[in-house]
Amino acid sequence: MRESIWWTVSIACAVVMVLLLSLHMGIMHLAGLLNVLGLNLGDVRAFSAVVARGKNPVQMVVYVIFLAVALYHGLYGLRGILLEVTQNRRWEVTITGLLFLAGIAAFVYGTYVTVKTFTG
Amino acid sequence: MNRSNRLGVRGWVWAGRFGVERYLYTLHRVTGIGLVIYLFLHIYETGIRLQGREAWEATMALFRTPFFVFLEYVLFVGFIFHAVNGLRLIFTELGYALGKPTRPVYPYRTSVLRHRPVVYVIMILMAILIVLGGVDIFLLPG
Repeated sequence: MRESIWWTVSIACAVVMVLLLSLHMGIMHLAGLLNVLGLNLGDVRAFSAVVARGKNPVQMVVYVIFLAVALYHGLYGLRGILLEVTQNRRWEVTITGLLFLAGIAAFVYGTYVTVKTFTG
Repeated sequence: MNRSNRLGVRGWVWAGRFGVERYLYTLHRVTGIGLVIYLFLHIYETGIRLQGREAWEATMALFRTPFFVFLEYVLFVGFIFHAVNGLRLIFTELGYALGKPTRPVYPYRTSVLRHRPVVYVIMILMAILIVLGGVDIFLLPG
């Protein structure tokens, strides 16, 4: 596929990331401000709360999409940076291959954890 | 004279007289690398829940220590910067907030200068969000 298509996919992933990550950061890290705004979600990092969220099918699907989008955007961006450091074909193939494998490994593990929490 | 104009990583920090956008670009890369490293740690950390309640709660107790709370804030700042500046970059990529092309008549007014107010607006927005995040993480009970 042409590089411009990979780049466009990365931008689309960035938009999805801003939406999902803002929600994620707000819920997981800004409980105090949400409390001030009258939204008390309780201890969202408690084991029971984490497992309860993991058993929700919508959340499970969203987590897997979130994982795929974050890995793609992050690793594609990292690839762009690394390819700028040295420009030759062998380096490009090696870096692309290594980052692809790292992305697949992280996606498989993250999906396993998500599905295992859902079914467990 | 055969002189390479490629500065490599050094060029991120200093590559001559560049505007504030050049340093936003450097910070965008630095925060991006940091967020990718964190993403892998986060995937590992979320997997700890499969080891059971005790392992999970021990990890969360560790994350409530002052050092990790500080790291959480660093992560938050990195995220805010990367997200807000990233939205600016997407708008720029799509050609928004750059003004219409004009003839190069002196005194020149480039698209970078026409775009500069947007840079200031996003910097103010980042500052507000970063301060709010700091108030939450360090001052408000969770």
